[in-house]
Amino acid sequence: MSAPLIDFDEVIANFDPVLGLEVHVELGTASKMFCGCATEFGAEPNTQVCPTCLGLPGSLPVVNGTAVESAIRIGLALNCSIASWCRFARKNYFYPDMPKNFQTSQYDEPICFEGYLDVDVETDEGTRTFRVEIERAHMEEDTGKSLHVGGSTGRIHGADFSLVDYNRAGIPLIEIVTKPLEGAGKYAPEVAKAYVGALRDLLRGLGVSDVKMEQGSLRCDVNLSLRTSPDAPLGTRTETKNVNSLRSVERAIRYEMQRQAALLTDGTAIIQETRHWHEDTGVTTSGRVKSDAEDYRYFPEPDLVPVAPSAEWIEQLRSQLPEPPAERSKRLREEWGISEKEMQSVINAGALDLVLATIAEGADPAASRKWWLGELARRANDEGVELESLAITAKQVADLEGLVQSGRLNDKLARQVIDGVLAGEGEPAAVADSRGLQIVSDDSALLEAITAAIEADPDAAQKIRDGKVAATGALVGSVMKATKGQADAARVRELVLQELGQ
Amino acid sequence: MSAISRDDVAHLASLARIELTEQELNDYAGQLDVILTAVASISEVAADDIPPTTHAVPVVNVFRDDVVTPSLDRDSVLDHAPAAEDGRFRVPRILDEE
Repeated sequence: MSAPLIDFDEVIANFDPVLGLEVHVELGTASKMFCGCATEFGAEPNTQVCPTCLGLPGSLPVVNGTAVESAIRIGLALNCSIASWCRFARKNYFYPDMPKNFQTSQYDEPICFEGYLDVDVETDEGTRTFRVEIERAHMEEDTGKSLHVGGSTGRIHGADFSLVDYNRAGIPLIEIVTKPLEGAGKYAPEVAKAYVGALRDLLRGLGVSDVKMEQGSLRCDVNLSLRTSPDAPLGTRTETKNVNSLRSVERAIRYEMQRQAALLTDGTAIIQETRHWHEDTGVTTSGRVKSDAEDYRYFPEPDLVPVAPSAEWIEQLRSQLPEPPAERSKRLREEWGISEKEMQSVINAGALDLVLATIAEGADPAASRKWWLGELARRANDEGVELESLAITAKQVADLEGLVQSGRLNDKLARQVIDGVLAGEGEPAAVADSRGLQIVSDDSALLEAITAAIEADPDAAQKIRDGKVAATGALVGSVMKATKGQADAARVRELVLQELGQ
Repeated sequence: MSAISRDDVAHLASLARIELTEQELNDYAGQLDVILTAVASISEVAADDIPPTTHAVPVVNVFRDDVVTPSLDRDSVLDHAPAAEDGRFRVPRILDEE
């Protein structure tokens, strides 16, 4: 079911979007937030559960100190104030994803508050910096995962129930909430994408989470409303969930702006509701209408004592923060001798850490950028995945570049090696061996192909003899074709010229 | 005026997914009202400069190290569930969501 949409330009001509983003980050701690169960992704269902995270009677939670430390470090990196004293709260609701019948969260006393993150977005007038203000970042726990059976899925006819896995219940989460973001206008979708991307880079830089959107360790909910002008009161908002890639952040906002604008233009009121983004069809559909069912009866968690980070602890953590991504990118730009625009394309492609890792494995900066932004970005795009999800490591890319540098492969052969690595055939050198990929450096084999090429194209050969060196390209091309790309083009050119007396 | 109305109790029951009869709603409204009125008497002695107490002892920052401890055996966990399937708890479907 698709809703009527109006053209994006028309949306912008008539409406002003206001955005709010809620990002949930699963921390990369070894154990859960309030118990010692492991947090490993992909474990067999219900093998990482204990009385505490199952909410069994008599169990008591104890806070994971590393999770608190991570929360403070995230807050500091987002320029937040850190609460000198705060408590956990119970968010009461009855749904099988939380066996305790409440989620331990924070309510009116978040550990981090009032910060910001600056993001750069390409606009018609060049790069513009948007400041995304952070309202709060608080600590909570993740919920279990439900697998719904029956109904529309029809796996078991007539069945209508859910199967629940509590491995994820209790994994430390940080929820980062922005203030309403105004004034982005037509760039709202790009600003949101840039913010989530910058946040991901920052969290990865802090080493607090693996920030894998496709595995759900970074999740984004998008609040959006439209108003007729920046002076008009805020419109009714919708909250879109299930936005699980950077690309989806942009697409979902664009879609929701077009959908809401169509309704408002038609004189229909927006319903305040939760909507679900569908990556495959690129639409949002109505979830549940916000109602008094969302009456969580928050109260201070009586089983946990307050968290009161000392000023010394906070300052110690502040002094150990890594270089902020924006400053790091400026420094690297200078080291690599590239323009701001080139650097931005590295960052936008989600390639910065991959390029750095490849350099650390021995490749030079230019070659590292070339592979990740060229061939590999193309592969990722074709597969519709993030660059980092490709089945090739920074070390493998560095090894590949090493094979090119040593003269064993040219770029064309290297691309075939990439095919092999992505297909799981092994390390680059092994793929080159097993696929028999190697530049033909044996001159006699090349000369044979050159002689054949000269015979096949006497006109070109005569031109070269007459000193028109530009005609070499045609002969080199047919030699490369004859050798299936396995020749070193520069060497072929030398030999062609030599053969024809140049 | 009572501290909690019959409608409040009905609302709480619906949030908690508990089905109550008309008689129970009336009974609980009366009983809860007695409890709330008793607790409310604390506010008569608490001055504005006394922060709300959530713990009897003034302790903060009780943390544990981030160390994994053994989890429960899955079979024994699921044995206690009313229904299980494929290593998971089987529960009635509640919201018609994805």
